[in-house]
Amino acid sequence: MIDPIFLVEAAINGILLGGVLALLALGLNLIFGVLDIVWIAYVDLVMLCMYAIYFLNAVYGWPIWAAGVASLGLGALLGVGVHLLIISPILTSAPINQLLATGGLLFFLQSFATFLWTTDHKTVRLSLPSYEVAGIFLPATRLIPFAISILAVIALYLFLTRTYIGTAIRAVSQDRDAMALMGANPQRVYIVTSAVGGAMAGLAGALLIIQYSVHPFFGAQFGPLTFMVCVLGGLGNMVGAFIASFIMSEIIAIGGVVISTEMGYVIAFVVFIVMMFVRPGGILARRQ
Amino acid sequence: MSGRLLAGALLALLLALPFLPMGGTRQQYVLHVVIQIFLWSFIGQAWSLMGRFGLVSLGHGAFLGVGAYTTTLLWNFYSLTPWIGVLIAVGMAVGIAVVLGIPSFRFRVVGHYFALVTLAVGEVIRLLIIAERDWTGGSLGLTLKTAGSDWSVFAVQFADKRVFYYASLALFVAGLWVWDSVDRSMARSGLEAIGEDETAAASVGIHVTRFKLGITVLSAALTAVGGVLYAQYFSYVNPDTLSGIGVSLKIVFAVVLGGMYSLLGPLVGTALTTALSEGLRIAFGLKLLGMAETIYGLLLIIFIIFLPSGIYGSLRQVLRRRATKTAPA
Repeated sequence: MIDPIFLVEAAINGILLGGVLALLALGLNLIFGVLDIVWIAYVDLVMLCMYAIYFLNAVYGWPIWAAGVASLGLGALLGVGVHLLIISPILTSAPINQLLATGGLLFFLQSFATFLWTTDHKTVRLSLPSYEVAGIFLPATRLIPFAISILAVIALYLFLTRTYIGTAIRAVSQDRDAMALMGANPQRVYIVTSAVGGAMAGLAGALLIIQYSVHPFFGAQFGPLTFMVCVLGGLGNMVGAFIASFIMSEIIAIGGVVISTEMGYVIAFVVFIVMMFVRPGGILARRQ
Repeated sequence: MSGRLLAGALLALLLALPFLPMGGTRQQYVLHVVIQIFLWSFIGQAWSLMGRFGLVSLGHGAFLGVGAYTTTLLWNFYSLTPWIGVLIAVGMAVGIAVVLGIPSFRFRVVGHYFALVTLAVGEVIRLLIIAERDWTGGSLGLTLKTAGSDWSVFAVQFADKRVFYYASLALFVAGLWVWDSVDRSMARSGLEAIGEDETAAASVGIHVTRFKLGITVLSAALTAVGGVLYAQYFSYVNPDTLSGIGVSLKIVFAVVLGGMYSLLGPLVGTALTTALSEGLRIAFGLKLLGMAETIYGLLLIIFIIFLPSGIYGSLRQVLRRRATKTAPA
């Protein structure tokens, strides 16, 4: 029998992982909702940002927060770049071609990272304290990312609901043709969306490098999980993705402690597959 | 008629290839490269059976991995000959295809959603192989138990590469035949209709689930056979090279590069990617690790944007257009 304290610890770790996963999933989901394209390479952009922070911090000696801000900017630039170079020429192609083009980007980024930086794992060393609450270990390297991530999610929510361009983004994700008829410029909305989605990738990179080491296959490690969270929440549905990221991270964290790390993921993926059959529109969707 | 003659001459050349005087080591190398091209083309063909009808699977690594691991494990632990093992491997792959296919097609999981579900299945198989490390060797992989001789039909282990050359060639030609049969069959029209518009197809009496399930089962079975041949040839299996998102995408890429709507597209795509990675490897050795994939990732993006029907597919379109132009009215 497993000591309940381990389960509680796993559950808390799950919540902490869920916060960062939510950030990843919301960035990807924002882009999906507006552009109707799954960026398979989204987490590979995160990987690039993680490398950027690693080099700025560990090699050039920037303070971590400055590197994080730089990564935010880099993410936004990458997002716009991907949109202009790859997405806009194929905006009207078959969905499968769009999926494959961003898949090509995944291959490109992953291999190029291997080529430039080899497959070594790179870590940013931060000495942060750990807190012990009622026998449960809470490292600051997990608490801080969680807190920042939740703040970022709230900021995104306010941006989408309270600003003019945010409203426009939501309008496009509801009906892109009507939006153009109302005199709005969809191209501008697309670029802003890609920039915001990219900036979230940059922020996620900054939060992830504190807890994980970066390597060229980081995208392959977290990518599938991120899409599944998005789909599980309902593609384009922000609230759904937020909830789904906590469901998935809890399954992974608790399954990991009770059985094994791999089996935690297996269970999460199987839950995803089954949910696709039962509720293809996402956990919050009503069945037609 | 001339096309058939050309094909015959080409086949004769391929049959004679292992006996052409090339010098020992070079011959071994040429055979090794050609075997890989045939093997991956065959797997690509199997994938394109589904892909061309809009059933894009990003999880064919699942079938490949199940095929390779089933025969390898049965041979290593029970000394079961791969001749029987391959039947069990195909059975397992078909089982997965059915378990995955029936609900997917019943509940109309299509497009992106189907791609993501299959991607999840590929990952599940990879993780299960890693998780069961006590007998699968986990992420370190598994070496095929040696049969103890250079020539064992029972264990399907041969030191002579020529045997595998002919085996892969035979498999490849068989794959072409299957592809062509599907292409000529009534099922093709049905599947094309389903790919265009499922509701409309169903309304004219096409049994959507049955057709989709049929092609999925066929594709899975062939992919598993490819996995078995892979395991026998390399006598080493690894979850990352046979299952999961990486290999699944690689299969898809080679096919898309060549052209997924044409018979020889997978061959052209695989030959090109293999030639590229081998060429770079010879030219730069291990210094440029990852460069080949970098280039073909880039090529893939460019192709999807500018030549969505692939190299061979686009070439054929151009030729056909020219042919219709010059034909007397």
